[in-house]
Amino acid sequence: MNSLTRARASELAAAVRDGEVSAVEVTQAHLDRIAAVDGTAEAGVHAFLHLDADGALAAAAAVDEKRAAGEELGLLAGVPLALKDVIVTSDMPTTVGSKLLEGWQPPYDATITRRLREAGIVILGKTNLDEFAMGSSTENSAYGVTRNPWDLTRIPGGSGGGSAAALAAFEAPLAIGTDTGGSIRQPAAVTGTVGVKPTYGGVSRYGLVACASSLDQAGPCARTVLDAALLHTVIAGHDPLDSTSIDQPVPDVVAAARRGAEGDLSGLRVGVVKELGGEGYQAGVEARFNDAVALLSKLGAEVVEVSCPHFKYGLPAYYLILPSEVSSNLARFDAMRYGLRVGDDGSRSAEEVMSLTRGQGFGAEAKRRIMLGTYALSSGYYDAYYGQAQKVRTLIARDFEAAFAQVDVLVSPTTPTTAFPIGEKVDDPLAMYMNDLCTIPSNLAGNASASFPAGLADEDGLPVGLHVMAPVMADDRLYLVGAAVEAAYAAQWGGTLLEQAPALEGIAP
Amino acid sequence: MPSISREEVAHLAHLARLDLAPDELDHLAGQLDQILGAVAQVTEVAADDIPPTSHALPLTNVFRADEPRPCLPAEAVLAAAPAAEDGRFRVPQILGEEG
Repeated sequence: MNSLTRARASELAAAVRDGEVSAVEVTQAHLDRIAAVDGTAEAGVHAFLHLDADGALAAAAAVDEKRAAGEELGLLAGVPLALKDVIVTSDMPTTVGSKLLEGWQPPYDATITRRLREAGIVILGKTNLDEFAMGSSTENSAYGVTRNPWDLTRIPGGSGGGSAAALAAFEAPLAIGTDTGGSIRQPAAVTGTVGVKPTYGGVSRYGLVACASSLDQAGPCARTVLDAALLHTVIAGHDPLDSTSIDQPVPDVVAAARRGAEGDLSGLRVGVVKELGGEGYQAGVEARFNDAVALLSKLGAEVVEVSCPHFKYGLPAYYLILPSEVSSNLARFDAMRYGLRVGDDGSRSAEEVMSLTRGQGFGAEAKRRIMLGTYALSSGYYDAYYGQAQKVRTLIARDFEAAFAQVDVLVSPTTPTTAFPIGEKVDDPLAMYMNDLCTIPSNLAGNASASFPAGLADEDGLPVGLHVMAPVMADDRLYLVGAAVEAAYAAQWGGTLLEQAPALEGIAP
Repeated sequence: MPSISREEVAHLAHLARLDLAPDELDHLAGQLDQILGAVAQVTEVAADDIPPTSHALPLTNVFRADEPRPCLPAEAVLAAAPAAEDGRFRVPQILGEEG
């Protein structure tokens, strides 16, 4: 096996089960790695907002005790995980990257958190994100930036930049992300990791602080396809506490990943989305994407071009629907029941305190989106903007339906460019929004999608992602394709893409 | 193309209960105008006869059994409140001067 921090999650769990290593040793190795490279917002990767070393070591010790007592361990028991700080935890603060919730200690666990704990997965801490999961660079966090382990001057993607960076920096072999417009897949692409957005409703949203409820979906992040599949199985499945949770069996994603690794995609029909490429796409991204498409053919898949004519309206529709839902969801941060309260000096009314608190507590992007949503939902504009965006949403779902009548999966680049320099787009919202061009249609339609490492762009040597889209509840197809591509590239590169990432030894104080 | 005035932005900020500084209002007015100009592309799509989609899943009226369940203890919930008094949330005055 590789060193403990470079090992696959599946290998670590097997080693813990077989008694080759204790879960405590595995956890300690990751805590040591975090101490060496995570640093602070000023220097280091800064993937974590909160580290729970004591809690993690106690959870690991509990796994070791279970093993000693002869109890059966889950497939990921004893494996450390980085949890995006948008998922509530009863024993760790949950800030959602916002000053409004600084130090907030939720009184309950999210369903995801509970399932992770029940599986014996060791939660190391909470990872950085754009405030309220709104952004594509993690620069909108109120707690400072996270840096891309491939190049510390660049963004790790967003909103789940902390989770993706933790994986790429070998701080954790598993992470949880949430994806509203690409927040799992785009960070995965730019950090050379695997990120899966399950079918909407596939993973419970209970205890996930809402950004846009009709789009939000939590999912697994990992360094390998099989590890992501194993984590998918832990967190997915019906939850009575989430009324939008799908009450159907979880697709057998682990079997699909194992089958895909055998490298035979014959009989699989793959559609290249014509509209997701061309102008605005970096040359190195298109080159790696074309390589991946050629590889799919070589592995036996039948590749055709497919047109999804309404996808180009996905971005504008999303930036009406999302802010509308955000303006409504974020109304709950009213300074009354939890979180920040500003100006409660006895002279001000509740409404004034609310406005002051929200004005000081929310960052620039949250304010922009709340305002945009308030505008889109206001009378006189509702039909032209929000109403029309909802119709476009129907047309995008129909594009998918027509495409999936011809092919089993669709592919595109995950994001038009590789990781850009920190600061480059932070006050240019439209340029920032372009990052989600390819990922947004799947959020609007609710189907399953994922990003897998597809090599490095020639011009900057930074990771590129292959985006695979599958129909609703056909999440297993993502893993089939992802594992086949991963196995073929591993043979070609002599290992995973991340093995080519620069070492980060000794960067933190 | 929409053109959103600073006054409109100030009105929206009031509706959204956001106390914004004058320079924030100026900055946001320009950016909102630019973003709205871009998202207005959706109006190009001929969709009069297309039904709207509000949600990815066509689920309606998902009910759970009407059975009592334990809920969070009041102390645990109030522990995270900005202010609490007598087992309740303490809030600023809500009725204004005439109240």
